[in-house]
Amino acid sequence: MKENLYNYILGIADNSLILGQRMGELCGHGPSLETDIACTNISLDLLGQVRSYFQYAAKIAGDDRTEDDIAMLRKERDYKNVLLVEQPNLNFAHTIGRQFLFDVYHLAFLAELQKSTDLTLSAIANKCIKEVSYHERFSSDWVKRLGDGTSESKEKIQEAINDLWTYTDELFHQTKADKAMVLESVGVDVTKLKNDYYKRVKDLLEEATLQIPDSKWFQKGGKEGIHTEHLGYLLTDLQYMQRTYPNMEW
Amino acid sequence: MNKTQQHIDPILIPILEQVSDPEIPVLSIMDMGVVRSALIINGVVEVEITPTYSGCPAMDVIGDDIEKALKNASYDSRIDLILHPAWTTDWITPIGRKALEDYGIAAPLEADADKEVLLNGKRLIKCTNCRSQNTKLVSQFGSTACKALFKCEDCQEPFDYFKCL
Repeated sequence: MKENLYNYILGIADNSLILGQRMGELCGHGPSLETDIACTNISLDLLGQVRSYFQYAAKIAGDDRTEDDIAMLRKERDYKNVLLVEQPNLNFAHTIGRQFLFDVYHLAFLAELQKSTDLTLSAIANKCIKEVSYHERFSSDWVKRLGDGTSESKEKIQEAINDLWTYTDELFHQTKADKAMVLESVGVDVTKLKNDYYKRVKDLLEEATLQIPDSKWFQKGGKEGIHTEHLGYLLTDLQYMQRTYPNMEW
Repeated sequence: MNKTQQHIDPILIPILEQVSDPEIPVLSIMDMGVVRSALIINGVVEVEITPTYSGCPAMDVIGDDIEKALKNASYDSRIDLILHPAWTTDWITPIGRKALEDYGIAAPLEADADKEVLLNGKRLIKCTNCRSQNTKLVSQFGSTACKALFKCEDCQEPFDYFKCL
């Protein structure tokens, strides 16, 4: 098995899986019907993208593993998503802040992944980027609406951005699989995305009349499987059906 | 083979035309442009379909329905999902666009016009009820992954818009 490629795909897909699960939590709980539907649509897009990645990963694994096994039956430490996406939905501003800080990265990442020499990955990226551009439009619009809205909405989105800022640097860390895949022109060199990312985020925050956090200390660990306490609870929700009734199908 | 073109054995067209999108029953999968190729190879029909949206639950149903339709016509088949080139709303045929409009879903505009509407709030989309262009975006995300929600400010009807992809 091509272990680096397998791990590389999981690293990308886990971000979408976990964020998709978080957005799915808003089903029936969004602040308005339209935002509820928007969040769950984003969740559905992300889960659909995950299926493409995991189907490919299962093929590479070459054993009897399926996309569902990869999604549902790993232990917490085996999930390689960044800490940002597992952060909980504390309120709508937090949900939007998290989505926004990820979408700007996701869009830039997929633009580069389209150039991958791995034809399956480039095809998936080519498909996903169209959907993700809608996500980014949605979340950045809401950052502006909340930031430039009432004093309460402004306070909440500012608090969310301040809280979540500490998880942004990890997006640009490289794992062992990343480095190996960059060398083969399969993977994206995320370190090169960093400057543009912060520039774009800062421009949008300024447009939203928000302050740019000045903290210089950043959290890391998700990409290596060391997660915040929130992931365990999320996985309990995600996995309980398969754990309770193994091999259950709809 | 250039996959932006459809490669479909003419014998199979009437069979595939019977299959429709389960969420938009007026639209056949042929008019939606999701069938990229359908050829009879050694007695088995090999069909390649491309997903509209990654997470669209309709794709699994469409695959099953194609298999059923071909079975009824005494063909064995194999369905493959291909990702490249990615599906675009430009592949919806003129007949498909008309079917959408008649069904109450505004058909996708050209990509540039679509951006003007969704980003800058330009009023370019015609109400499917009264044909007025005095329409407003309510939400970029609608009842299914492929649709945005609009409202007509003249007749006050809400309606779906099939967004550009």
